[in-house]
Amino acid sequence: MTGFLLRRLGGAALVLLALTALLYAIFYVAPGDVAQIACGPRCSPAQVAQVTEQLRLDDPVYVQYAHFLQGIVAGRDFSTGTGTEHCAMPCLGVSYQSDQQVTQLILAKLPVTGSLVIGAFAGWLLLGVGTGVLSAWRRGRLTERVLTWLTLAGSATPVFVIGLLLIIVFCSTLQWLPAPSYVPFTENPEQWAWGLLLPWTSLALIESAKYARLTRSAMLETLAEDHVRTFRAYGVGERAIIGRHALRGAVAPVIALSALDFGSMFGGAVLTESLFGIPGIGRELVHAVKVVDLPVVVGMVLVTGFFVVLANAVADLLYALADRRVVLS
Amino acid sequence: MSEALLVQEAGAAPAVAPASGARLFLRRLRAQRAASAAALVVLLLVLVALAAPLLTALAGQDPNAYHPDLVDSAAGGVPIGSFGGISGEHWLGVEPGTGRDLFARIVYGARVSLGVALVATVLQIALGLVIGLAAALGSRGVDQVLGRITDINVALPVMVIALALLAIVPESFPRPVLIALVIGGIGWSGTSKIVRAQALALKSLDFVAAARLSGRGKWSIARRELLPSLAAPVITYAALAFPTNIIVEAALSFLGVGIKPPTPSWGQMLTEADTWYQAAPTYLLIPAGLLFVTVLALTVLGEGVRTALDPRAASRLGVGTGTAKEGAA
Amino acid sequence: MTTRDPLVEVSGLTVDFGPVRAVDGLSFTLEAGGALGVVGESGSGKSASAYALLGLHRGTGARVGGSVRVAGTDVNTADDRELRALRGAGAAMVFQDPLSSLDPYYPVGDQIAEVYRVHRPVSRKAARARAVEVLDRVGIPDAARRSRLRPHEFSGGMRQRALIAMALACEPGLLIADEPTTALDVTVQAQILDLLHDLRHETGMGLLLVTHDVGVAAESVDEVLVMRHGKEVERGPVARVLGAPREPYTKELLAAVPRVETRRVVPVPPQRVAEDEAPLLEAVGLRREFGRGSGRVAAVDGVSLTVHAGRTLGIVGESGSGKTTLGRMLVRLLDPTAGRLRYGGREIGSLPEKELRSFRRDLQMVFQDPVASLNPRRSVGESVADPLRAAGESDEGRIRDRVGELLERVGLDPGRYERYPHEFSGGQRQRVGIARALAAGPKLIVCDEPVSALDVTTQAQVVELLSELQRELGIGLVFIAHDLAVVRQVSDEVAVMRRGVIVEQGSADAVYADPQDPYTRQLLAAVPALDPGLAAARRTARKELARA
Repeated sequence: MTGFLLRRLGGAALVLLALTALLYAIFYVAPGDVAQIACGPRCSPAQVAQVTEQLRLDDPVYVQYAHFLQGIVAGRDFSTGTGTEHCAMPCLGVSYQSDQQVTQLILAKLPVTGSLVIGAFAGWLLLGVGTGVLSAWRRGRLTERVLTWLTLAGSATPVFVIGLLLIIVFCSTLQWLPAPSYVPFTENPEQWAWGLLLPWTSLALIESAKYARLTRSAMLETLAEDHVRTFRAYGVGERAIIGRHALRGAVAPVIALSALDFGSMFGGAVLTESLFGIPGIGRELVHAVKVVDLPVVVGMVLVTGFFVVLANAVADLLYALADRRVVLS
Repeated sequence: MSEALLVQEAGAAPAVAPASGARLFLRRLRAQRAASAAALVVLLLVLVALAAPLLTALAGQDPNAYHPDLVDSAAGGVPIGSFGGISGEHWLGVEPGTGRDLFARIVYGARVSLGVALVATVLQIALGLVIGLAAALGSRGVDQVLGRITDINVALPVMVIALALLAIVPESFPRPVLIALVIGGIGWSGTSKIVRAQALALKSLDFVAAARLSGRGKWSIARRELLPSLAAPVITYAALAFPTNIIVEAALSFLGVGIKPPTPSWGQMLTEADTWYQAAPTYLLIPAGLLFVTVLALTVLGEGVRTALDPRAASRLGVGTGTAKEGAA
Repeated sequence: MTTRDPLVEVSGLTVDFGPVRAVDGLSFTLEAGGALGVVGESGSGKSASAYALLGLHRGTGARVGGSVRVAGTDVNTADDRELRALRGAGAAMVFQDPLSSLDPYYPVGDQIAEVYRVHRPVSRKAARARAVEVLDRVGIPDAARRSRLRPHEFSGGMRQRALIAMALACEPGLLIADEPTTALDVTVQAQILDLLHDLRHETGMGLLLVTHDVGVAAESVDEVLVMRHGKEVERGPVARVLGAPREPYTKELLAAVPRVETRRVVPVPPQRVAEDEAPLLEAVGLRREFGRGSGRVAAVDGVSLTVHAGRTLGIVGESGSGKTTLGRMLVRLLDPTAGRLRYGGREIGSLPEKELRSFRRDLQMVFQDPVASLNPRRSVGESVADPLRAAGESDEGRIRDRVGELLERVGLDPGRYERYPHEFSGGQRQRVGIARALAAGPKLIVCDEPVSALDVTTQAQVVELLSELQRELGIGLVFIAHDLAVVRQVSDEVAVMRRGVIVEQGSADAVYADPQDPYTRQLLAAVPALDPGLAAARRTARKELARA
């Protein structure tokens, strides 16, 4: 067990290291003229030269990469023109636009994205698994057909379309809800919940389709297995067979998918945040992309990669724990 | 739909399935009413996309011609006339602000949506097939290296990495091509996982051992014994991934980093429609509805393909399951 | 003694799966405490009949007709609640594959307790205690601790014991056992049959045993019902039916059953193997390990043997004995970890794949699973043509002619070249596999459980075909099987394997008539006998062996 965990974490660390190299190559080496990008399109050659000096862009690529890595594992110093500024580990660089440290920037956005993801997660898990169980239970009947089509419709709707419709119906037309916004939980829990209600709903509606499909198919698969026949042959009722035996087979895949979704969404529910104007990691990334703020872009991608790799490891572990048939190796 | 779920669903098909030629496949597909209807819708959309220049010429419109006379500039650019300016000339009305013909833009938008998703899907499948086969048939070392690369690939969520890459690629690079390359280039891990797993399962089967004993070489065995059996899961995966790719393209364009104006794209129209929905609801509803119908039709068709290729599902349909009469009691 | 209703009363039972009539007008009765064996080959409708006794066809789309009364319940007309009350409490069922028949996620004890609580209004704790009690009753050592383990932590035999324990929990009047020992090794099978025998005598419950194996029925029941095509062929006391069958089909069936007492019948006097004749294939100290690091295990651990042209070496062993691994090494589908393998005087054990090519076609294999051994997406003709094409033959006409000849030689219609494997029955597919092996023009064929997936009548035909071919072509055969009787029928020499080593080796007659190794003796004592009297004697012998 411990061995499995260590091997898995070691592998994850290796993947992250390779990821930094890949991202560094793509974003700092491939574009070529990093100084111009950093300085902005209207910079004079003299200003560009100054930026090159400041960011030490004259150093060989591997030295620059080494500095980048050093920043992540140990922290590093940046020259700001007037002096130096220390960027503590894990240092992902300094924004070209705002001169803010990327790590600070991301940390500041984390609670926002976190609020969005956790609420939506609870919603889609409940809705999705519930729908899945119901359609497995009422298999072959009208209920299942209706649920199957609803699920198909859900997976065919982009989150920004459902979001737009929800805003139009509930905020603009009926005016039942305030326009979506983000108020920190610590400031006003009630406004926090009301402001996030629509983003949660849209995300939950769309994501739950996936979970409904997964739950239903896992349960139907289990229901076709021999051991279900055993319990039928021993007089166990349908409700116990669905709730105890069939549902148990869906637990492991649902947990594994949850971990993956949870991980990748922490890297920013890009669309939802952009649509509803929620100032989380995803929206910051879109902004950084539009203004070509390389350190922020790279930092965010790396953080997302970190969460996904972590989630993958956790998903494997949870899967193995939930499905005792899997031998950890 | 997420890759993890796709892998689960497309990869669930048993490795050993009786032969089913193209004719049997079509028969099984036609036996499903919903899938047949979806196929018709898809066919219609494809025809529209292919015949876009013809159709717009027929309507006498140009997707990029401005008609300032058709919008009420005093009211901020709201189309003149009911339902967004629908008329005998402008079948779907005109774009608010600019007065461009909506029908022409929608029709050309279909080209972009379907074209980008098609190229991306083909790329995903081709890369996944090559990498998956190499991992399954290569040495242990090759498998491990490719496994790590796949891990890194999984750690890059398509949306986030596409956003980031779009930031650094020069504007001059044609966006539709770039988006297709990005989605295809980082979305192959699902296919490669399925191909690897199925190829490994197949490799352990006795008929592959028999082929080795008959003195045939490794690549001849891969081509004659493995590839035909891999077709079913791979085609299923492609059919289910295609609609997902349409959503990704629409989402990127919606965020304003995908298809750049003046090239029309459904996702991009939705961004603009966001500000117009009260004055010109048709401008929102038409692209949103089309996007929904397209993705739904493709998803239903994908499900149909899956059912037609999965012999277990096919037996539920009662088509083409003639086996030797010696089934278990 | 008062007159009572019989425990089971079936009359005019029919079961239809779509257009296929699986059971066609079956009638029989079973008195309380009696034991009836339902014997038949696959497709005879024996399992479908057993399922009908508990109404298990309900909700599956199968149509059931006729009347079935079990323990006072009219199964075909009972409502769901009455039926659930019957299932498990009035009559309990034990299934074929004990691993898939238990829920992999819950401890075995909990599963038994769950079933118990469905029928008895007791607390969770009391139900758990009952579970431990019945687990102990079926001979599971340290039952309290083991009741907390999940099914995959049990061995195959223990799982079947656990399933029997579940059946005993509510003290049913009838136990229905559907092929209860088919998935088990012969020694474990003997233990389970002995357990069923003892339980029946102690609890007085009735037993309905469904099996394809006449020997298993002979060991366990008083009365036997032979089925074919959904109908009764013959019914009567077990000794009478097996000893003096009246119906032609019963006679045919019994004639096809391989008997461990029967020697190999060789119509032509066996070729004398000259002492100095060089063996075709010789293995010395062959070893194969799997896994890495601390998990490394040797599946085959130093095996030496020789195979001569025109003669058959039988290798017999239970699951996990390493016999399949050994077979695959002999044809170099697996690389030996250590040891030598000499073919025609040349060392081939460590030849790289490229140089091996020229030997490939000399050493062929016939596989166990007739489903997995043919590519479902290629026509059988193409599969058989493979070795011809690989040998460089490119003339389509000649390939077709040769494949046609081969198909005809193994008893198939040469016109079925273009047909796909799923259009053939199991026995026919095995014949295709043999034709493919022959196409290579082999000197030696390793047959790995070639008949274990087949019905006995088909088994006999395939075995006959193999010996004919051997006589005709002078091929050396290695015949790997778990079935001691089949191995005796075909082999000149026999090797008995256990845990990766050969424990006993010699001429077939010597090994079977006078086994030296205790394991060989144990194996032979476990073989079910067709004669009920002999079966009782074997049972006593087993008990003595166990005590010794």
